[in-house]
Amino acid sequence: MPKTMYDKIWDMHVVEDHGNGNALLYIDRHLVHEVTSPQAFEGLRAAGRRIRRPDSIIAVPDHNVPTKDRDKPNPDPMSTEQLAALDANANEFKLDYITMSDIRQGIVHVVGPEQGFTQPGVTLVCGDSHTSTHGAFGALAFGIGTSEVEHVLATQTLHLKKSKNMRVTVTGELPVGCSAKDVALAIIGAIGTAGGTAHVIEYAGPVIEGLSMEGRMTLCNMSIEAGARAGLVAPDEKTFAYLKGRPYAPKAGQWEAAVNFWKALKSDEGAVFDREIVIDGSQIVPLVTWGTSPEDVVPVTATVPAVASFTDRNKQEAAQKALDYMGLKEGQPITDIRVDRVFIGSCTNSRIEDLREAANVIKGRHVAGHVVEAMVVPGSGLVKALAEEEGLDKVFTDAGFQWREPGCSMCLAMNPDKAAPGEHVASTSNRNFVGRQGPGARTHLVSPAMAAAAAIAGHFVDVRNF
Amino acid sequence: MEKFTKITATATPFPRVNVDTDIIIPAKHLKSIKRSGFGVHAFETVRFNADGSPIPDNVFDGPKYKGSKILIAGDNFGCGSSREHAPWAIADMGFRCIIAPSFADIFAGNCVKNGILTVALPQEAVDALVLAAEAGHQITVDLQDQTVTCQNAHYEFDYNPEHKKKLLEGLDEIGQTLTASAAIASFESKQKLMMPWLYRG
Repeated sequence: MPKTMYDKIWDMHVVEDHGNGNALLYIDRHLVHEVTSPQAFEGLRAAGRRIRRPDSIIAVPDHNVPTKDRDKPNPDPMSTEQLAALDANANEFKLDYITMSDIRQGIVHVVGPEQGFTQPGVTLVCGDSHTSTHGAFGALAFGIGTSEVEHVLATQTLHLKKSKNMRVTVTGELPVGCSAKDVALAIIGAIGTAGGTAHVIEYAGPVIEGLSMEGRMTLCNMSIEAGARAGLVAPDEKTFAYLKGRPYAPKAGQWEAAVNFWKALKSDEGAVFDREIVIDGSQIVPLVTWGTSPEDVVPVTATVPAVASFTDRNKQEAAQKALDYMGLKEGQPITDIRVDRVFIGSCTNSRIEDLREAANVIKGRHVAGHVVEAMVVPGSGLVKALAEEEGLDKVFTDAGFQWREPGCSMCLAMNPDKAAPGEHVASTSNRNFVGRQGPGARTHLVSPAMAAAAAIAGHFVDVRNF
Repeated sequence: MEKFTKITATATPFPRVNVDTDIIIPAKHLKSIKRSGFGVHAFETVRFNADGSPIPDNVFDGPKYKGSKILIAGDNFGCGSSREHAPWAIADMGFRCIIAPSFADIFAGNCVKNGILTVALPQEAVDALVLAAEAGHQITVDLQDQTVTCQNAHYEFDYNPEHKKKLLEGLDEIGQTLTASAAIASFESKQKLMMPWLYRG
């Protein structure tokens, strides 16, 4: 019977089949960061258990790290304690550990691919829901909770129920001025934030094939915002070219065997998907979120929707609450929303291509006078170094942007990077939840080019005519 | 892990749709390296104003729902992050069961690990239970029979048999899995032959 890529990767990792789709699944790769791991290590110690395969792990701090003044003591004692716990655990259990002062340090979902740790056909987990990012390489990658982190550390397996197969095909050609972020937001807008619940999404079609590895990562990253635990893109020549020569990638003697194995992963002709969605990529336009759920998305050329336009009573209530929180009025043009703060970064959009895209828009212009703060936070030290080599840092700082050290930063505002209550933020991150970027902060999710253009104009603008 | 068999308790109605993990427990409170103590910060934006003053009449702090062990929630409850701090916070508030039209996958999985039962019922049933909770009626949730009962209303729910066994017995999952160590080792030796590049040292 023809199999999907998800079926294939699942089947080759089943250690024990428990029936009804339940299985004990083998986990090949594990990324560990400071926020969701301390209780797991503590659990291991309390039970006197060891880590089964330290060679399957990279540990790196990202969520809670400061993005400036790293040479000074961290003023937050709880952050300090959490970062120190990762340090101690990584050393005690002898893990490959990338410290805060290492040039490779950055967001787990930027570091994994960059190091060649993320590979096609592997099962990869991390105590972070945006682990779906790694599906861009054809890896079955998903976020787990801390109990599961402990379970993987101790046993290299997880008890899982197989998800259903869903395919999202994006046809046509993506218009100029649109990027992978707009594709992701268009899909979430179409199927909703619960649209992919209990499914793994495979992305297919000419638009997906045309995306760079960075673009595919942006797209798979936001699978979780569509409710799917994982996203997948079939590995191809772009994938292999990206991986070749990276530190954890297969070495010369094993490279050919690995590529042959990777080529066989794609879904078979005639494989059946439980759900199929087709989106016309040539109709995608630059998108902006207006509410407090990633599905609250409209074209930059549109207006804030009316509450009555939602059919369901619960959705109407949610829309009204969102409008109140966001301080927006029904029918207000999106381009009339004044932007107070701009954040370019996060595991969604902090890679070199994202920074190039933003810099391209900014070059020779300056951030609008009323914008309180515009900030670029590269995804890793290596991204930062490459951007500096290309002179992008200069483009940003000349335009009035701050150029920071790598980390999750204002995506979730665990560290001091946050917005003030009531401020509207043009953000390249993935979640516009209430309070996500600081209490009372109003997040609008956009692509890097759209965030850059909003910073210059001081309000949202259509980057296609900017 | 605490077992879950059957509970009878009052319920707290909070039927907002798409309640995300940042509403359940904001990221700034994830800095603790312990599993306990998250309840005081749970649903912070529902319970407190931005200046820290309490929001009067919120369902979580008023006397009306004090001692309730069941949370009646909205569609797609627990969407967003994988943080287990969300079920830790909910358990810390005293809840043992959440009833909603649907749950986000990772959140529901995390609940199982913490002895919290997530019950998915159709929207109409959840709407009826919200009214019952508001009227102060007790609700009985029986995992063995997979039923929810409230006055004359009676609902059956689906639940993964593997998760049911875990909750009923309150087992140490890692300890159980380690009994399969031989199967795991045999998997590894086969995989190492086929994909040696995944193994170092």
